[in-house]
Amino acid sequence: MFFALGLSASPAFADGASSVTNIFKPDGAPARAIFDYTMLVLAVCAVIFVIVVGLLVYTVTRFRHRREDDGQEPPQVYGSNQIELAWTVIPIIIVFVLTLVTARTIAEVQNAVPPPKALKVTVVGHQWWWEIRYPDLGVVTANELHVPVSDPAQPRPTFLKLESADVAHSFWIPQLAGKTDVIPNRDNSMWIEPVTPGTYLGNCAEYCGTQHARMLIRVIVHPQGEFENWVAAQKPDSATDTNLVAAQKPDSATDTQVKAGRDVFFSTSCVNCHTINGTEANGKFGPDLTHLMSRQTLGSGAALNTPEKLRAWVRNPQNLKPGCYMPDMQLTDEEMDQLVRYLLTLN
Amino acid sequence: MVAANPEIPLARPLVSPSIVTRLHGLVVTVDHKKLGLMYIASALFFLVVAGLMASVIRLQLALPNNNIVAPDTFNRLFTVHGTAMVFFVGMPIVAGLSNYLVPLMIGARDMAFPRLNAFGYWMFLFGAALLFFSYIGAPGLSGHGSAPDVGWFAYAPLTGRAFSRGNSTDYWTLCLLVSGIGSLSSAVNVIATAFGMRSPGMTLMRMPLFVWMMVVVSAMMFIVIPPLTAAQIMLLIDRFLGGNFFNTQSGGSAVLWQHFFWIFGHPEVYVLMIPGFACASEIIPVFSRKPIFGYSAMVGATTMIAFVSMGVWAHHMFSMGMTSVGNTFFMISTMAISVPTGIKIFNWLATMYGGKIRFELPMLCCLAFLFQFLIAGLTGIMLAAVPFDWHLTDTYFVVAHFHYVLIGGMLFCIFGGIYYWFPKATGRMLNKTLGLWHVALFFIGFHLTFDTMHIPGLLGMPRRIYTYDPGRGWELLNLITSIGVVFQIVGIACLAWNLIRSLRKGEKAGDDPWDAWTLEWATTSPPPEYNFETVPPVRSARPLWDLKHPEDPDWKYE
Repeated sequence: MFFALGLSASPAFADGASSVTNIFKPDGAPARAIFDYTMLVLAVCAVIFVIVVGLLVYTVTRFRHRREDDGQEPPQVYGSNQIELAWTVIPIIIVFVLTLVTARTIAEVQNAVPPPKALKVTVVGHQWWWEIRYPDLGVVTANELHVPVSDPAQPRPTFLKLESADVAHSFWIPQLAGKTDVIPNRDNSMWIEPVTPGTYLGNCAEYCGTQHARMLIRVIVHPQGEFENWVAAQKPDSATDTNLVAAQKPDSATDTQVKAGRDVFFSTSCVNCHTINGTEANGKFGPDLTHLMSRQTLGSGAALNTPEKLRAWVRNPQNLKPGCYMPDMQLTDEEMDQLVRYLLTLN
Repeated sequence: MVAANPEIPLARPLVSPSIVTRLHGLVVTVDHKKLGLMYIASALFFLVVAGLMASVIRLQLALPNNNIVAPDTFNRLFTVHGTAMVFFVGMPIVAGLSNYLVPLMIGARDMAFPRLNAFGYWMFLFGAALLFFSYIGAPGLSGHGSAPDVGWFAYAPLTGRAFSRGNSTDYWTLCLLVSGIGSLSSAVNVIATAFGMRSPGMTLMRMPLFVWMMVVVSAMMFIVIPPLTAAQIMLLIDRFLGGNFFNTQSGGSAVLWQHFFWIFGHPEVYVLMIPGFACASEIIPVFSRKPIFGYSAMVGATTMIAFVSMGVWAHHMFSMGMTSVGNTFFMISTMAISVPTGIKIFNWLATMYGGKIRFELPMLCCLAFLFQFLIAGLTGIMLAAVPFDWHLTDTYFVVAHFHYVLIGGMLFCIFGGIYYWFPKATGRMLNKTLGLWHVALFFIGFHLTFDTMHIPGLLGMPRRIYTYDPGRGWELLNLITSIGVVFQIVGIACLAWNLIRSLRKGEKAGDDPWDAWTLEWATTSPPPEYNFETVPPVRSARPLWDLKHPEDPDWKYE
């Protein structure tokens, strides 16, 4: 019944496969190393828990005040140095072993050296979305990190450089790696090495202001060979062609609408914040829209990217993500239709 | 059996004074007992206020995509809740208990500096007023914002002019600055009192453990509050004088704030927790009918915790991108703290072992504390385990962990302390039936809420999100977490009713209802303004045991 209540509220992310963010279902090297280590820590803690709770329960039941008590005070015991020594030394030994294992795992994850084949990506945290740049590939996108799958025989990890444009954020995909903070004026880095294709979810994990809750991230792991196709489709050139075709050759009713929508886009302040490659729109404040329709979500996970949601988003972003920095542009219904037609061509 | 003479006429007027006279009396008082009770009463009031704020937070999170409060309102709620609970509930309870009990336990007439004592209380209350007044005052002339919404550790540069307009952050800064001054004046007082005003015969190693621990806590405050104050002043310089300490856009450092805050913030956890230990260390022996096992080991362990806690702060920052060497250092220091903490748990267990345990309300609270503090300690080890912490930090797991420490650990001890010393402070017993309802309901509610809360963290739920989408397995867990709050509210209502009712109608307590051993039980309940007619001779750590058992006194074994 409780589950039904929960699910009925809003099915925004009912797109199934990508909903796991369980740290006990790791995928790939750093997450796997952390998982194995975690299991050891949990086992040690479980043993300590059982022993101490056992002692507590035994003491409380065995030495409870009994009804048939003679009223005498129990023997007064003040302490024992031998016993104190025992429960000092044994924990020290446990702690010593734990620190050794921990130090090894820290070094294994943190001091990993990128192999020559590693993909390099720069992730920039913004209030409240992620800018994702592939400096070696010349691709810029937002909120969805696309990476190739790594073959254990031929590892191909992805190394992330983390930067922030404003306040502190934190990048965390529970199944792929632990979190690393994204701090302005500081270059942080982390790496992932997923071995199973699919979509992995995560949240911004450092409080960063009003819409911290709606700063989600997706990692899309492409099967062998398909990552290159995605890169090709995202190249600035490929986009320009589509957009120009759609916008400059109005030879049907639909295309007239797209042309009108393009005019709406370029005659309002949309262009001050957004970039569309090959056009005069080169704003840097908001996400790059060159391949908007290739993305799964809008507003960094505020809604799924469907034509209806897209319209609702542009109509008034404050409804779907109150407090975000994209304003309601006060467009008429007709302008809205045209603009959405145009945006739908950005694929 | 008891030294104080009930026949001594008390300096009280025959006619009960008017309410105005009595309120005026509270305002001008420098009596450590009145101030102690004022501290505790104010803290309990803010506990209710900040607790109700938490209830709204849980109402909002009970269901996915809930719309009870707006995002900004939610962010203000958790910021004010956290700030109020740490600085205006935890700190004044510590100050109140030490104020009331330290002079009585060492046989002194009052605190060393009574006026400074009153000053400390009023600074605390002024700080609290600033925090809550921000809801009205913070929009200021610029019209932006309401209460602070930067989180209780207020990470830079979210607190900068660019991201926090209006005056909400300034109210937050000032309320901490002001209450910090209050805490420092209370700390200097406790140390001066304990070192300078002990009754004849009470050497340092005969002080009740409660006093020892309060001394250690006060010393810690000296060391850790100044960095916090410094950071607040730097933030004020940034916000008002164009400074760039934390302004990353002009080359300032966001990490600098984190270091400053946590070098205060982590020892602060022990500043709040050790007074809990202090209550437990008085209650457990009395209700087990045995002296504390390993008195000097307890003193040593407390001091060790204080020292080591100064060197662990960056374990709050394992995900911040420190080098592997830095991470390893702070991992080792943090794990090391579990050794003295373990010593304490074992000493409490050994105190009960071989005793005759009476399950009175104070003892029940302490037994719950032992169980819960063990779990809090173990999740603490998990958080110290750096690679595990890369997952756990900033999730609901860490929220559950520190509520386990502060509620399951500290607050249960404070409840124990209230049941234990209420008869001393008022002369009347708290009602046992109501007390059992309170402890049982709060225990159930606590476990429903905070046991469950660990799991969403493991399932990837970050803290401080105002809502979440369904489908990640968080819904049922959040609902159970929220349902637990209902039990806690009813439990606290039982306690409140019990306190109010027993004040007038409670059974008469007598001077020494628990057959206890420290000096405060040697005077009347409530104690007269001058505390002691005559202080019993102190020849051991348990002067009243020596009086009650002349055939087998403690001092024979020292």
